[in-house]
Amino acid sequence: MRLFNPKRAFRVWQRHLKVYTKLYLSSLTLNVVEPVLYLTAMGLGLGAYLTEMDGMPYINFIAPGIIAYSAMFAASGECTYGTYVRMTYQKTFDAMLATPVNLEDLVTGEILWGATKSTIYGTIIIITISVMGLVASPLIVFAIPALLVAGIIFAEMAVFYAAVVPGIDYFNYYFTLVVTPMFLFSGVFFPIEGLHPVAETIAYFTPLYHLVNITRGLASGALPWGDMLWLLVCVVVLAPLPFYAMRKRMIK
Amino acid sequence: MDTVEAKNLVKDYGDFRAVKGVDFTIRSGEAFGFLGPNGAGKTTVMSILYCMMPPTAGDVTVLGMDVVKRPSAIKALEGVMPQDDNLDPDLSALENLIVYARYFHIPPRLSRPRAQELLRFVELNDWADTNITKLSGGMRRRLILARALINDPELIILDEPTTGMDPHGRRAVWDNMENLKAEGRTLILTTHYMEEADRICDRVAIMDRGKIVCMGTPEGLKDSTGTRNLEDAYLKLTGRRLDEGHDA
Repeated sequence: MRLFNPKRAFRVWQRHLKVYTKLYLSSLTLNVVEPVLYLTAMGLGLGAYLTEMDGMPYINFIAPGIIAYSAMFAASGECTYGTYVRMTYQKTFDAMLATPVNLEDLVTGEILWGATKSTIYGTIIIITISVMGLVASPLIVFAIPALLVAGIIFAEMAVFYAAVVPGIDYFNYYFTLVVTPMFLFSGVFFPIEGLHPVAETIAYFTPLYHLVNITRGLASGALPWGDMLWLLVCVVVLAPLPFYAMRKRMIK
Repeated sequence: MDTVEAKNLVKDYGDFRAVKGVDFTIRSGEAFGFLGPNGAGKTTVMSILYCMMPPTAGDVTVLGMDVVKRPSAIKALEGVMPQDDNLDPDLSALENLIVYARYFHIPPRLSRPRAQELLRFVELNDWADTNITKLSGGMRRRLILARALINDPELIILDEPTTGMDPHGRRAVWDNMENLKAEGRTLILTTHYMEEADRICDRVAIMDRGKIVCMGTPEGLKDSTGTRNLEDAYLKLTGRRLDEGHDA
């Protein structure tokens, strides 16, 4: 396996940014709608029946979790459907690979673009919940680099999956079996300590759980170094998977 | 110096041997054509020359560099017109060229004037800001040719450049190719149009079932087979018509 070249990976990332700013930038604020729906339905609707969760009003408890959830969906969507469409239907990968861009540069560009979308979408939620007065500490700005790191993990997982699936319909399974369970059982809506010990252990090994700890910790003024370290290790451990799988798929 | 040198080039796809040990050299400044029906192995040879995939065995050097060891450096000097339409459907004609130029680290400041010049070259300058999904198939082929020239390549690889084009578009691309040749660039193309090979190529290699069955100038091949055109020469050499295709 070759190493990627940062400058060429940046060119791939730049192409995605160009297409995104041309087509979707105007709809950026629409991405707030769904997270805000969860926040209000659960936070205010369900929250009306709860006195508090972990010592705070329920909506304040879930608000930082919504940052993490939004980041996870952004990279997962981009690097499953988006990557797959570029790889198969649009043949954008073939076009790039006929230039100095090599496969490792391309995969790196895909992952960094997915992570960039995580960062953008998560940051929009940070701004939204801050405006709503749901964040107690200015430390929340340090969640932005954490979104980038966690975004890399979600993108690595998604690119790996995109590289091994036989068809676009298989992404339903990824969302049903991986993304949605993570969303529901990684501490966004309730502390995982209440789960069965087995479920709690599984939850502990998901990247979303640690990202939620980071955003929730920072929102209340703590510095969750352990979770940050966990994410960084996870980035490195997962890294070979998308590169290996994509090489196997693309290079005959 | 030879632009391309291939020695005993073999390519397997799983158990299927698509290219069965071919040798050829392509000289700087010549137009070299690979002829043969679908499935003959032409596109596979081309993909190896632009480093899309490595050969299973054999040595291939392009512009003095090994295709396995230095793909990026080779691709920086090549222009590739693939068989497939892989233009960026979200972008206009001009944007397609500018975005593509970035992969060669050519900044928009330099690529924009170059792209406009290339759009004139392929007669698409009136369509610069049109989204490519609104262009006809032939126009898109010409845009792909323009895109292949954005890095001012010394070697241009054209895989079935005019397949599916109408006669007018085909003639326009032939004119383009002749101009590129006159500029001293090396052209490597695949085709199954004998008229195209006759008009553009200095030398041709006829491929059949993964092998080069003969190689030479179009005139030489016609003389040695005692035929009047390349179509008949092919029939005589392989016992099959060009449009019969592959029946592996």
